[in-house]
Amino acid sequence: MTVTAPAADPQTNERSRRGSRHKAGRQRIGALFIAPYVIFLVAIFAYPVGLAVYMSFHDYFFAAPGAIVERPFIGIDNYIRAFESPAVRQSFGNVAIFLVLNVPLTVVLSLVLATALNAAIPFRTFFRVSYYVPYITASVAVVGVWLFLFSGGGLVNNLLGPLAPQPSWFVNSTLAMPLIAIYVTWKQLGFFVLLYLAALQNVPKELYEAASMDGAGRLRTFMSVTVPGVRSATFLVTLLATITGANLFTEPYLLTGGGGPNGASASPVLVMYQEGIQQGNAGYAAAIGILLIVAVLMLAGIQRLVLGRK
Amino acid sequence: MSRATVEETPTVQSSEEGQRSSTQSRSPRRKSQWVRLGLLTAGALAFLFPFYYMLVGSLQEDPNPSLSGAFPNPSNVTLDNYQAINSSISLARSLVNSGIFTGGVLLGTLVFGLLAGYALAVLHWRGRGAVFAALVLVQIIPFQLLMIPLYVMIVRTYGLADSYLGMIFPFAINSVAVLIFRQFFLALPKDLFEAARIDGASELKILWRIAIPLAKPAILTAVILTFIGPWNEFLWPFLVTKDQDLQPLAVSLANYISNLAGRAANPFGAILAGACVLAAPAVAVFLAFQRHFTSSDLGSGVKG
Repeated sequence: MTVTAPAADPQTNERSRRGSRHKAGRQRIGALFIAPYVIFLVAIFAYPVGLAVYMSFHDYFFAAPGAIVERPFIGIDNYIRAFESPAVRQSFGNVAIFLVLNVPLTVVLSLVLATALNAAIPFRTFFRVSYYVPYITASVAVVGVWLFLFSGGGLVNNLLGPLAPQPSWFVNSTLAMPLIAIYVTWKQLGFFVLLYLAALQNVPKELYEAASMDGAGRLRTFMSVTVPGVRSATFLVTLLATITGANLFTEPYLLTGGGGPNGASASPVLVMYQEGIQQGNAGYAAAIGILLIVAVLMLAGIQRLVLGRK
Repeated sequence: MSRATVEETPTVQSSEEGQRSSTQSRSPRRKSQWVRLGLLTAGALAFLFPFYYMLVGSLQEDPNPSLSGAFPNPSNVTLDNYQAINSSISLARSLVNSGIFTGGVLLGTLVFGLLAGYALAVLHWRGRGAVFAALVLVQIIPFQLLMIPLYVMIVRTYGLADSYLGMIFPFAINSVAVLIFRQFFLALPKDLFEAARIDGASELKILWRIAIPLAKPAILTAVILTFIGPWNEFLWPFLVTKDQDLQPLAVSLANYISNLAGRAANPFGAILAGACVLAAPAVAVFLAFQRHFTSSDLGSGVKG
């Protein structure tokens, strides 16, 4: 990032010679400082990714501790099983429903709120802080209120009166997943508002001046200056929202009592938990995980093509 | 954070014309200010109402899901719900567990993360580019997807089920915090480090005496981010701890929601009481440090 000035006068020359003598030592210290983090990355990311790939090609199951069992190589059987499983297919379809709702809602709402917040307005800190509160609160805690709000006889249904859906929200197979998508949008929005606020500081002010000189209205200015100006942030927002969607577990586990009704809100991570940890078919669950990583990377690639820097 | 505004300021004009144009532009500008405020207020209501409702609901003797139940009613106020949740999941014990879990992650991130951030920003060593690339890549790999191999490693191979170490290990160094530290150290003037080196200070001393004191805002930002991670985390500690005495509050409350709530007299009240206890520390930490949780502090870390 920063370039140090080239050595010019003898004094700096002297300094840099001394610096090079120290360089070997600094090299060693740098390696020493980074070592714990590198070990951590290898132990927590690199090795588990390798282990997941290995497991997914083996009939890897949990046996009683100490028992010596054979876990034979079975090629792509786990993957075939995943592709053929209705539960797995349904869970990937559920994530698709989730993303179709969550990503556009997140992008539009967080950009609009960030733009509204990016001005000298009264109570600015209050607004900013109130938007972050859901993001910093545990999902387990907030889930409790949403369950209360959207339960059969809850406040929302009381307000809707005869318009209340039958069966109620989280036990309705059409509404459960969309409501989870809205819940997660609400929960994460503050973080994305923050990202857009940072991006808005980098949009050149001259562009706004030029737009107003050309007589562009507010909406026009927003569409042709703000939206393109924060394009790289939009890429980051869609990417992070996609990852959040792929990670979905707590919400279907608690809001819909384990992905109900009839798996209509089950997420792939929930299926992985049920298959891998509850049933003990770890190899099969690992294969589902690999498929999900591949899907996320493909989506990220598409988003980069559409929104990424040129 | 810079208070950049989008408002266009009137350009140089003759005073008479300036007067006219400012009165002309005032009413739409004022209107847009109202639109802006209305939008922000609607947003704030949508974000805050569930929290308000959480508190009100946790104090209700009889759950009142009608509209009037959204307002506190002195004849229907009780602390019984807190007692009910406490008798089934021991709030104090769970809070201590959450604290140890979070404290371990904070300690690991502050010790090893600061060393790593300093090494990535200030020191030169072979493989620096590769480690930085790995640090960025790690942000894209969803942690949940590694849960099966991590479970095999930590629970099955190393036997760390039902232990604090097993809970902490996968979160021990927060990579986003490392990114923030690196970014902040990069922004410090290089001469500062050179001067200290010429004075014979060791790198550890430079980090401790110069870099860390200057990086305080970045450290506070990273502390909030690191704090809310393990404090709110559910899936991993849920997988690792079966022993109730070791479960963090997020896990014991979730178990209460999915298994035990049916047995309580006022299940929603008890759940909401537990939710308030779980939410309060994170919200308090955030409010205490919110000045540092701004787009400029975090933006530099996110931009990479």
